[in-house]
Amino acid sequence: MAERHFKVWRGDAGGGQFEEYEVEVEDGMVVLDALHRIQAHQANDLAIRWNCKAGKCGSCSMEINGKPKLACMNRLSDYPEDFTIVVQPIKAFPLIKDLVTDVAWNYEQNKRIEPFTPRPRGADGEHRMMQDDIERVQEFRKCIECFLCQDVCHVLRDQDRKDAFAGPRFMIRAASLDMHPLDTADRIPALKEELGVGMCNITKCCTEVCPEHIKITDNGIIPLKERVVSRYYDPLMILLRKLKGLFGGT
Amino acid sequence: MDDPSEIQTFEHDVLVIGAGGAGLRAAIECAKLGYDTGLVCKSLLGKAHTVMAEGGMAAAMGNMDERDNWKIHFRDTMRGGKFLNQWRMAELHARQAPDRVRELEEWGAVFDRTETGLIHQRNFGGHRYPRLAHVGDRTGLELIRTLQDHAVHQDNITVHMECKVVDLVKDGDRVSGAVAVWRDWGRFVNFKAKAVILATGGGGRAWSVTSNSWEYSGDGYAMAYAAGAELMDIEFTQFHPTGMVWPPSVKGILVTEGVRGDGGILKNSEGERFMFNYIPERFASETADSEEEANRWLAGDKAARRPPELLTRDVVAKAIRAEVEAGRGSPHGGAFLDIASRVPAEEIKRKLPSMYHQFKELAQVDITQQPMEVGPTLHYFMGGIRVDHDSQETAVPGLFACGECAAGMHGANRLGGNSLSDLLVFGRLAGVGADAYIKAQTGAPVFDQVQADAALKRTTDILNREEGTNPFLLHEELQEIMQEHVGIVREKAELEAGIEKLQALKLAVEKVKAAGASQYNAGWHEAIDLSSLVITAEAAARAALLREESRGAHTRLDFEDEREEWGQVNIVVGKDGAGEMSVRKEQRPEPPTELSGIARASLEDLEGSTDG
Amino acid sequence: MADIGIGGHQPGFGSTVRTDSWKRGPVLTFLGLSAFIVYATWAAFQGAHYYVGPYLSPFYSPVLFVEPSALGAAPVEHAWLGAWPAWWPAFLPHSPSFFILIFPGAFRLTCYYYRKAYYRSFATTPPGCAVGPRAQKKYHGETRLLLFQNLHRYALYFAIIFVFILYYDAFLAFSYHGVPGLGVGTLVLLVNATLLACYTFGCHSFRHLVGGRLDCFSCNAACGVQHGIWKKATFLNERHMPFAWLSLCWVGFTDLYIRLISMGLLTDLNTWEGF
Repeated sequence: MAERHFKVWRGDAGGGQFEEYEVEVEDGMVVLDALHRIQAHQANDLAIRWNCKAGKCGSCSMEINGKPKLACMNRLSDYPEDFTIVVQPIKAFPLIKDLVTDVAWNYEQNKRIEPFTPRPRGADGEHRMMQDDIERVQEFRKCIECFLCQDVCHVLRDQDRKDAFAGPRFMIRAASLDMHPLDTADRIPALKEELGVGMCNITKCCTEVCPEHIKITDNGIIPLKERVVSRYYDPLMILLRKLKGLFGGT
Repeated sequence: MDDPSEIQTFEHDVLVIGAGGAGLRAAIECAKLGYDTGLVCKSLLGKAHTVMAEGGMAAAMGNMDERDNWKIHFRDTMRGGKFLNQWRMAELHARQAPDRVRELEEWGAVFDRTETGLIHQRNFGGHRYPRLAHVGDRTGLELIRTLQDHAVHQDNITVHMECKVVDLVKDGDRVSGAVAVWRDWGRFVNFKAKAVILATGGGGRAWSVTSNSWEYSGDGYAMAYAAGAELMDIEFTQFHPTGMVWPPSVKGILVTEGVRGDGGILKNSEGERFMFNYIPERFASETADSEEEANRWLAGDKAARRPPELLTRDVVAKAIRAEVEAGRGSPHGGAFLDIASRVPAEEIKRKLPSMYHQFKELAQVDITQQPMEVGPTLHYFMGGIRVDHDSQETAVPGLFACGECAAGMHGANRLGGNSLSDLLVFGRLAGVGADAYIKAQTGAPVFDQVQADAALKRTTDILNREEGTNPFLLHEELQEIMQEHVGIVREKAELEAGIEKLQALKLAVEKVKAAGASQYNAGWHEAIDLSSLVITAEAAARAALLREESRGAHTRLDFEDEREEWGQVNIVVGKDGAGEMSVRKEQRPEPPTELSGIARASLEDLEGSTDG
Repeated sequence: MADIGIGGHQPGFGSTVRTDSWKRGPVLTFLGLSAFIVYATWAAFQGAHYYVGPYLSPFYSPVLFVEPSALGAAPVEHAWLGAWPAWWPAFLPHSPSFFILIFPGAFRLTCYYYRKAYYRSFATTPPGCAVGPRAQKKYHGETRLLLFQNLHRYALYFAIIFVFILYYDAFLAFSYHGVPGLGVGTLVLLVNATLLACYTFGCHSFRHLVGGRLDCFSCNAACGVQHGIWKKATFLNERHMPFAWLSLCWVGFTDLYIRLISMGLLTDLNTWEGF
């Protein structure tokens, strides 16, 4: 058993401070385990959000030494033994208490994305899709909604533009629908306007923090930007579509 | 915000408690039937334990093997459940599961595909044919996310997140709503409803080695029990054979059965593939008896029989335990689960990405190179709230239960993959049941504020009392009692000693004290959950003491075999007139002749059967 | 910690709790890009020493006009449009490079990788992940002034032409005055064209156009072909950043190599025994 030094933010929207804790730790422990020890023995009312402890539910999002991370997947052995581990709530959303923030805004964004609208089933009552067709979508569907990407995205975190951008998580959500081989809805206008794909300046921090290693920017946001370009900004494409319309092509 | 002590009130037609797979599916059904539906969950939406389900959902779609059909699924389920399942529920499940899977696809789930573009199905323990529709090894996430996305677009579903229901409120016999507290701001809220559906999951947190998260504190069991409903089969607690055993902080976390379904084998410290030594009589004719045959099966030979690693979970869990007892365990007290030497690295990463990730990051083990260390972990409650087979209604009018918190579908042991389909089939049926109930009612039930206030006071007393025990330490104590006395193998003296300890613990729980204010106070909620956990634990221990035989997930050292007479009864737990816990045997009704015939028929008779 | 922010987060440019060396990336990017811009601008202004033996500097390819009086200039017959036009204003340098560099320049300027790189290291929006960005009145992302970035695919079309031109230059470098052979410079040109090809065909816009725009890859044979190309583009796209840097450094190196030989400061090893 060794002791590790922690600085944990305690407080609510009214204010607060870092509290220091010494914690007995064992081999193989992660930051969340240490926080649970603090909670059980030193601060019963320490607020932490957590569920699965295995990186699958995306509840224990926080900032550890300044980096947005899942506390359950961050091993103490990643830090030198005499290193003080600083734990803070995520920044992009309003603080409730200690390490817990109010992430309700994210759930509102999901409602703004047009839901899955499949084409009719085949004559045999089945939907047929090939594995090759769904691999892109399956990558996006790995998302565990930890909202670390939302937290690190400077548009939401620092620029205060939640009014104009739904954030990386919902770009990925929209991409998973828009690239779905069965889906028939058109989300491109919404992506350009309300959801604000143009607000992203592809600085890729979302991809860096994604615990599921989804290539949010390269595989999700940029392809969506390209789709928006084809519809709205590419003069040749616009001309082609106009001509097609004029001559009644299909 | 206005006065924080003011109590909010919501009125819904139906209140669904719990937003895992079952709760979401029930809420969607209610919404589709036109009801204003409230969906309450202790965590954020989409974080329920359903996300941890890995392998897949069982449905006899026959995409991989055309010989499969609902009757064989039904037969597998009954045999897996040691014939203690409710016949009708197992039938409904087997018949309706394929439609539920297709419906999920219609709502946007993206299952892995076969070569011809259909939903791919994988092999799993106890299932005769590849039957589990899946998405790699993260099927639960796919299921919950699909339902969640579908639900948030229903106008008449209101989701109340991070809201903990502390008690049900009744109007006479029937249910009329519930009292809850917002975890975030600590304020109380009344939910008035014509019908309430419980989908609260199990109570695995009463054990120390469990795959369950903090939410699984048996809230539904305790609330239903307190309201006058009965619990059934609660002694059947499934120990999943493969949980992680190291490092200590992740002990118990699930390792999917898909590892074995995709070719993984179990070895002891001597390198022996020991499962061949543990094939029960009942499954001997359907299980490979040599490594050569097991390998042929894996390679797709339809004439070969299944490897013994894919026997039902109770069998495998007990085999691992026996190996460890005999001194042939792995360094941290488990068995070796080896897929590295069986399947190419790339294929492992493709088929089992989250297992690869989980071991790499949490245990620093590369499962494409090294074996995993695994051991049994408390995973699932087969038993739970007793419900009507068709309507899912409990003994309390207007109170329904579905998913893990309901009893009957799985009998003495659940097959892997049957839980996800259970959630969908019975979640939907609970919604249908609530619809029928509401239509038959005259006049809205009255919400009794006196009952609500009593629940509120009980809850706030925990914060207000001057002193008391630390809830976290009490919880640890409870977990140690259950792990030691009501573990994977049980016996009379141990169980009795455990029950005695639980009595003492119960008294301490009544005087538990949480420090701090009501706002997002983990200690306070731990203390509230403790009262549910203690009821759950006591019911499980008492039922386990009464059942004097070994059947499925319930193993008694002092009664080693299955006994015919115990196969005719279910154990029912209820509250007696004096408010004490009563445990009784109840005779099972005669099975419907047709179903009984199917369950006992030979495979050849059922293969390719299309009728019904 | 008197003025600590909610959650322990400090507002303001550059503020962070990170203790790792997050500054290194943006600083190196800043230095690397700046160095290239300085060198490329200098080299472009020279208008000389861009041609030696069978080697043509990629900064000057294709040669539209040639100023024959310049040292190390290409022969006039090599120019697509002949000698330097008389109407060219005298105060502008007579360098054929200016007709060229705007195209790859535009391609790299609007490239999704370089955008990330310079938004971080030059514009500091933000300089690093979870690090406070430069203060601005209201952030608009790429929706207003930066809308031009959406024309990246047009820059791509030109860049693709350049890949072929540069391969053609490398091909020409296998022969000197009609004598087949090769030198180190030939290989330098060949590597240059290849790195540029890897960079260009890993472009996000390219990946979109060749297949990414489809929702179904298996719906017909044509889609299947596009899926194959898309997969290859994806392979390159996953390595877009290393190819962006390698091709950038190599193109600068190629110009420098040819320049030094042309100036007589370096000797090219080749089968022709000197030029």
